[in-house]
Amino acid sequence: MNRRPFDPRLLRRVPAARRDLAVLAVLGGLTALLVIAQATALATVLATAFDGRLHRPALAGFVAAVAGRALVSWAQGTVAARAAATVKAALRADLLGAVGRHGPTWVAGQRAGQLATLAGRGLDALDPYFTGYLPQLVLSVTVPVAVLARIVFADWSSALIIALTIPLIPIFGALLGWQAQAATERQWRRLSLLGGHFLDMVAGLPTLRAFGRSKGQVDVVRRMADGHRQATMKTLRIAFLSALVLELVATLSVALVAVPVGIRLLGGGLTLSTALLVLLLTPEAYLPLRAAGSRFHASMEGLTALDEALTLSATDAPATTGPVTAAEPRRPAPAGRGEIRFEGVTVAYDRTTALRDVTLTIRPGDRVAIIGPSGAGKSTLLNLLLGFVAPTSGRVTADGVDLSGVDLDAWRRELAWVPQRAHLFAGSLADNIRLGAPDTPDAALAAAVTGAALDEVVDALPDGLDTRLGERGHGLSSGQRQRVALARAFLRDAPVVLLDEPTARLDSASEAVVLDATRRLVAGRTALLVAHRPALLAAADRILRVEDGRVTELHATATGPAVPR
Amino acid sequence: MTAGDGVTPVGREPAGPTGVPVAPSGSPEPPAPARPGAERAVLRLARPYLSRLLGAGLLAAATEFAGLALMATATWLLMSAAGRPPLDRLTVAIVAVRALAVSRGVFRYTERLAGHDAVLRMITDVRARVFATLAARRETGRRTGDALSRLVSDVEAAQDLLLRVLVPGAAAALVSVLAVGVAALISPPAAGVLAIGLLVAGVALPALATRITRRAADEVAPLRGALAVDAVDLTHGAADLAAFGATGAALAAADERAGRLARLERRLAATGFAVDALGVLVGGLTAAAVVVVALRAGVGGVLVGVLAVGSLAAVEVALALVAAARQRTQLRAGLARVADLLTEPPTATPQTTAEPGTDGHDVRFSDVTVRYRAGAAPALAGFDLDLPAGRRVAVVGPSGAGKSTLAAVLTGAVRPDTGRVTAGGVPVSEIPAEHLPRVVGGLLAEAYVFHATVKENLLLGRPDATEADLVDATRAAGLLDWVREQPDGWDTVVGEQGGQLSGGQRQRLALARALLAAPPVLVLDEPTEGLDPAAADAVLDSALAATPAGHSVVLISHRLSGLAGLDEIVVLEGGRVGQRGRHDELVALPGWYREQWLRQEAAERGYLAITP
Repeated sequence: MNRRPFDPRLLRRVPAARRDLAVLAVLGGLTALLVIAQATALATVLATAFDGRLHRPALAGFVAAVAGRALVSWAQGTVAARAAATVKAALRADLLGAVGRHGPTWVAGQRAGQLATLAGRGLDALDPYFTGYLPQLVLSVTVPVAVLARIVFADWSSALIIALTIPLIPIFGALLGWQAQAATERQWRRLSLLGGHFLDMVAGLPTLRAFGRSKGQVDVVRRMADGHRQATMKTLRIAFLSALVLELVATLSVALVAVPVGIRLLGGGLTLSTALLVLLLTPEAYLPLRAAGSRFHASMEGLTALDEALTLSATDAPATTGPVTAAEPRRPAPAGRGEIRFEGVTVAYDRTTALRDVTLTIRPGDRVAIIGPSGAGKSTLLNLLLGFVAPTSGRVTADGVDLSGVDLDAWRRELAWVPQRAHLFAGSLADNIRLGAPDTPDAALAAAVTGAALDEVVDALPDGLDTRLGERGHGLSSGQRQRVALARAFLRDAPVVLLDEPTARLDSASEAVVLDATRRLVAGRTALLVAHRPALLAAADRILRVEDGRVTELHATATGPAVPR
Repeated sequence: MTAGDGVTPVGREPAGPTGVPVAPSGSPEPPAPARPGAERAVLRLARPYLSRLLGAGLLAAATEFAGLALMATATWLLMSAAGRPPLDRLTVAIVAVRALAVSRGVFRYTERLAGHDAVLRMITDVRARVFATLAARRETGRRTGDALSRLVSDVEAAQDLLLRVLVPGAAAALVSVLAVGVAALISPPAAGVLAIGLLVAGVALPALATRITRRAADEVAPLRGALAVDAVDLTHGAADLAAFGATGAALAAADERAGRLARLERRLAATGFAVDALGVLVGGLTAAAVVVVALRAGVGGVLVGVLAVGSLAAVEVALALVAAARQRTQLRAGLARVADLLTEPPTATPQTTAEPGTDGHDVRFSDVTVRYRAGAAPALAGFDLDLPAGRRVAVVGPSGAGKSTLAAVLTGAVRPDTGRVTAGGVPVSEIPAEHLPRVVGGLLAEAYVFHATVKENLLLGRPDATEADLVDATRAAGLLDWVREQPDGWDTVVGEQGGQLSGGQRQRLALARALLAAPPVLVLDEPTEGLDPAAADAVLDSALAATPAGHSVVLISHRLSGLAGLDEIVVLEGGRVGQRGRHDELVALPGWYREQWLRQEAAERGYLAITP
């Protein structure tokens, strides 16, 4: 909770926001001046009205000041929203750009989810921070200072009261905030247990129904919800106390200022317009601080998102995987038809070593199956060729050219990759197959579809190849997804094919279809197949076993029985 | 000048003037059209707490009024003092100023407690009602985690409707009326001017804000949704994009969309904040007009001051309605979903006099067809099956052959489109939902483990089970040793959604619960999923052994191992019975079963050959 209200990294990372924030500060100063102008004009109007006269210039001044405040508040909101939009767009570009810079290995796993949430909707939580909190934060500095300065000239004793009480707001706010937080944390376990209960019950409804207990649980849900209410109320009693104290400080200060001023007026020690000015200005001094305090809570989520985004996009790729970008001009890529050699390759990750001193040669046209327990380093072999991972030591060459330092995009054009679980993108089925080659002619697309045995799938879809797939390819079964991935590989028509357990998650019927397509795909190409099921081995003419980071070649005679078909 | 507000720990963020609600992270919101009766349906549940809510509303009004009165009285005090009256004529005002200063804070505190108390009571009812509605449904679609958390936040929308829209809105309206009334006592023309100002601030501007907020949300939401999808594609699909050289194009597309969103947001902000600016203007203009009108009407100088300062404060109070209107717009989708649940007509449970007998649990499928979507291939197509009481049958077949649909139809979760399923001669669909599990049930797909103790989870199967029963069931499921190892034994709490358990333990717990329930027709849908082959064989054997003789068993399995002891094996293919017979017979015949059996066998042996 003890988060700084402003993250200075923001200015370094998003220089475009500097100007907007500077304008916001200027507008904050302008607001303070207008507050004083408005109060002065109104005080004059009312002091004159005391005698039953209308002070027209002062009234005009008052209206002008109000119009000015309206304009400035509009500008403040607009500029703040502009800043929010600029910052969000810049951070989004940063976050997503980091994906391109660091490569897929960096993104994999938990980080992918975090990045997707942040770059998606997470950053939108910055809106309340920028449009609600930040302008008030500026005002809570400029307005009290300006108001105090003005009142010191008018009536220093009132200024003294204000100067002494204003600091109470942040101090009490912080003290009570801690107090409330401690109390909240004491209740937290209980609250989360109770709050989670409703979710738990709804999630488990099918099971409750299966045992005929669903109706009996309604009372339990009610009882637990009631417990939740009581626990919440206990917390709120303390949490609202802080609001009470802040409210009291602000309103009592008005009374503390107004009553002595009234009594001094009675004694003639003060003019009416000065007294009114002090009265009108006093609440203005407290308002921005309280408003900022009340909006801090709502902007917490935004601050958290900001912190995560700034931290994430500043993360460097781990040294072991090396820079895998194709940003700077690199050496031209070798042809995929040449010999591929691993020369003493070791790949070490943070905690484990995936490959140890691997040396092997893959001749053009070899169909190599790679087997071994999961986690042994099978996928790392493919990732090295794909350039997702760079060797910690040793080198990988193709046609005699070291792959580190070549133009990776060009090199990858020599490869077709079928991952364990292909990602399907939001878009049409055709777009998904044409990934990386959007201008493919229809005939080539149709050939790839046929090659991957996707024809029947396409025919069953309402709009055929133009059917739009839901998020992450929802609507297709795992077997169908793998065939889409195979179709991508067919379309790529590359000399080297890399298949990472393409049938790992399929049932036998889908496996058979995918296997047939796989055999067609590898015919006449160099192929590396990570295999889990023996059925895939039949398509290979060499078998490598990876265990504990070391690679050994098995002889074809030891491959066991052919799989009956 | 009285708009300040303290922390509000409960509820979501207020809608900003950009008016674009910050949706909970996750997949795009499904479209929920605004539903006219939604608020009324939710508010009907507030009726029992009406007096509490009324009290909270009055306290809220008192808070705002105290703030207004504080400034007006202080002005009266100062301007009267300027006329140098004797001090005792001011004492009442002095006391009033001090009292109002204290009471505003106290009112605010009690208002918040009263309001939250009433609303949380109502939310308790909403939760219970929502749960009851869901529980009364006989058939359920699967709910994703997103849909679940949305349900929880939708329920909170009902809370926000009262706490952030209705109570503050009603208080602002009441104070406005009071302010006009008091002003009318001083000067009717001035009161007229104030009324106009308040109508603009409290009616016209909120209406304008509502329109702008809606339009902004309609424009921004699709773009934000698309951007969220882009983000998912770029991160989860990073490897695919890189391998196919498509990263650059995808990044450019996402950047272009983010830029478009930023431009749209900037444009919308200009109109959104115009409403707030107008609010400031209305306040000042009202006060100025009141001064002019009051002076013309010959109102005394002191009261002109009171009217002017009071008008400024009153408009400020009325402007709270703008925030309430924005909030209300933001809530409509969630409220519509909750209202749908609250007003859902109870599922017509077929009245049945036909209590199923306790014996004679012959199960018969006759010509059962199930089609999930019109035009799609049927999941079950004219399926027939006779299952005399006490028979033990395995249902196998390729994925998508209809195995799970068969289990769902048998347990009443899915209603057949044509044909019928009977248990003991009574159609399953006519047996009341509470009775059915006593006849047909067991371990169904996606068995859920509750965040409760092991014992509580087990007792769901049979609430009156003795400890000996628990021991037998857990032993058969292979979980007993684990339970005994736990320091808390049966009272070990399994974490949220069984998170403290491994996948295998969770499956064993669910299986033990099904064995404890021991209905006459026991359905086991993939009971050994997530267990390694050796453990799977052992658990399947002990589970079948633990089922009382005379009870029927329908075992649904993708593994063909361990089926040799069953009375019959039914091979489902494309929603129909492809083959049937005992294991020995099926292995000898050409067909899916034999092929699959050899494949699975070869898979294990082939593996052994390569893995020394």
